[in-house]
Amino acid sequence: MQIISQVLFLVALTVGIGFFVRNIRRLLRNIKLGKEIDRNDNKGERFAKMARIAFGQSKMVKKPVSGFLHVIVYVGFVIINIEVLEIIIDGLFGTHRVLSFMGGFYDVLIASFEVLALLVLIGVIVFWIRRNILNIYRFLSRELKGWPKNDANYILYFEMVLMVLFLVMNATDYQLQLNGAPHYASEAGITGSFPISQFLLPVFDGMSNATLIIIERAAWWLHILGILFFLNYLYYSKHLHILLAFPNVYFSKLQPQGEMNNLQSVTDEVKLMMDPDADPFAAPAEEEEGAEPDKFGASDVFDLNQVQLLNSYTCTECGRCTAECPANQTGKKLSPRKIMMDTRDRLEEVGEIINTKGKYEDNGKQLLDDFILREELWACTTCNACVEACPVGIDPLSIILDMRRYLVMEESAAPNELAIAMTNIENNGAPWPYNQQDRLNWAKEN
Amino acid sequence: MAEALKVPTMAEYMAEGKKPEVLFWVGCAGSFDDRAKKITKAFVKLLHEAGVDFAVLGTEESCTGDPAKRSGNEFLFQMQAATNIEVLNGYEIEKVVTACPHCFNTIKNEYPALGGNYEVMHHTQFLKALLNEGKLKVEGGKFKGKRITFHDPCYLGRANGEYEAPRDLLRKLEVELVEMRKCKSNGLCCGAGGGQMFKEPEPGNKDVNIERTEQAMEVKPEVIAAGCPFCNTMMTDGVKGKNKEDSVEVMDVAELIANAHDL
Repeated sequence: MQIISQVLFLVALTVGIGFFVRNIRRLLRNIKLGKEIDRNDNKGERFAKMARIAFGQSKMVKKPVSGFLHVIVYVGFVIINIEVLEIIIDGLFGTHRVLSFMGGFYDVLIASFEVLALLVLIGVIVFWIRRNILNIYRFLSRELKGWPKNDANYILYFEMVLMVLFLVMNATDYQLQLNGAPHYASEAGITGSFPISQFLLPVFDGMSNATLIIIERAAWWLHILGILFFLNYLYYSKHLHILLAFPNVYFSKLQPQGEMNNLQSVTDEVKLMMDPDADPFAAPAEEEEGAEPDKFGASDVFDLNQVQLLNSYTCTECGRCTAECPANQTGKKLSPRKIMMDTRDRLEEVGEIINTKGKYEDNGKQLLDDFILREELWACTTCNACVEACPVGIDPLSIILDMRRYLVMEESAAPNELAIAMTNIENNGAPWPYNQQDRLNWAKEN
Repeated sequence: MAEALKVPTMAEYMAEGKKPEVLFWVGCAGSFDDRAKKITKAFVKLLHEAGVDFAVLGTEESCTGDPAKRSGNEFLFQMQAATNIEVLNGYEIEKVVTACPHCFNTIKNEYPALGGNYEVMHHTQFLKALLNEGKLKVEGGKFKGKRITFHDPCYLGRANGEYEAPRDLLRKLEVELVEMRKCKSNGLCCGAGGGQMFKEPEPGNKDVNIERTEQAMEVKPEVIAAGCPFCNTMMTDGVKGKNKEDSVEVMDVAELIANAHDL
């Protein structure tokens, strides 16, 4: 009997982790559809930023209520996962609380897991109330209707169930130890310390050991199967940030937020135009066989860089960006969160085509227009509030700018007044139609 | 004031075989916009008062390309950058000061990779440096005790992390500095950036500058201080939109200092 459950456990673990590895490979494959970008410089500074923002949650706590609750859930998640290690060893080798050889320290560990589990449970319940009952601006946006809202709630329910299972498992285990049940009880006395689940004991009062074992085993199995399921749900949900927040912050931009990249392809053109020695009749340099000419800006996910695509997978749709966005606050269609969600949705659509057909085949759609509207792109003031607000270093503005570049340089589709301002800059060196020769007139006026 | 301001140009300096200590980059708004020209003049007066050896490019100056770049016209931006860098490098400019955070950000952050390397300062940073060096005195005067709130320009604050220089100057004026709910790194944009200054906003339920003006009004200021000609326009329009132009003034930090000195 014991060996059967050990084999079943091994199968579950292998399937769960195997499936997870497959999904991670797909995720990396999809990210690599983007353009390469070198973000391997300044490793020390990058690590420090990751330690501060991702590991240290420094931006999360800018909003004290949700920030504090998130820190609890985050710490709970990290610490309670030590318990998963024990569960895996017990499951594979049929042992009971294998780490209990640590003695007093083990009691402290289990006790802290229990306290954290309760705090996580409370935190997650408050999160649910914030999302579903309190009218919080950033949870009411149109892009959260339907699946994204359900997805968020499923994750919360999942965490609630996992925490309850963990506490039930401990409570029944404790009761079985108290009853002196074989396999559970140890000669050394009670293993583990149960400051929270002890209060559940009355629920199991008077039950036979056989019933208790069934409940304990059921909670144990459901807990670990739930974790394996959750691990694989990540890829299909908005919840990948628990893994990707770290690389995402690491690879985020280190330059001042106001600095926007200069396009090298444009620099080359401008240099050529301004070079008095350039041969106007020179044949263009031999293109590589089948190479496509460089496109200016982005109209689809292939034109974005790999960090931008990683950004889209990392986004957990918290909406802090959207809440800070001046355009969104004043009723415009732009929502930086939607920019990230759309990018990911389109990338997933492309990925799904590759999954089924082996390579990408045009499905008549692209990121521009089919997902992100021009009206959204033109509402941006490039104020960087979204970038500043993101707790995990996502840069929605860089995608907006790249898409504007496509609109202006490939389609000449700037809004009319902007096109006029640009013509003015081109003709007289100012966005308004004033003569450059009048530029110093102010000095003569009183 | 009958006397015209003395504003030397780089060309004049060059003709005399001299080089100024710093180039004052005026910017398009500072050159052409009636409201912004007052800021330009106030800053020039302060430069004179502090005895700063400066010059402007005058008719040789051209748009930095900021609105073009942020509207997506990288080509036009780089054309502007290339010609400006040629002029600046031709005069062997080393230090640039500007009263426009957009010019400041562009020249400081985006010109170096295109061959333009200068020490670039926002005018509030420059004035603060003059103050620290003892070249400029900033003190109370007529704004002493007035309730003033500072609106952070995105391209000075968030974009480049400078929140304190303008506030330090205001504190020196002994004003009652009050902060808006949204300030410093959380400051709300005035609505002009990213090319919005030159176009109608997209459909929505409010203009950004009205939202920002309402936030400023919450702290009941007598003056809204700004550090950017575009913010100045947006906030001035916002105050007018609220029919408060008689009780609330929108002024640049440089104007506040110059006015306090009765310049």
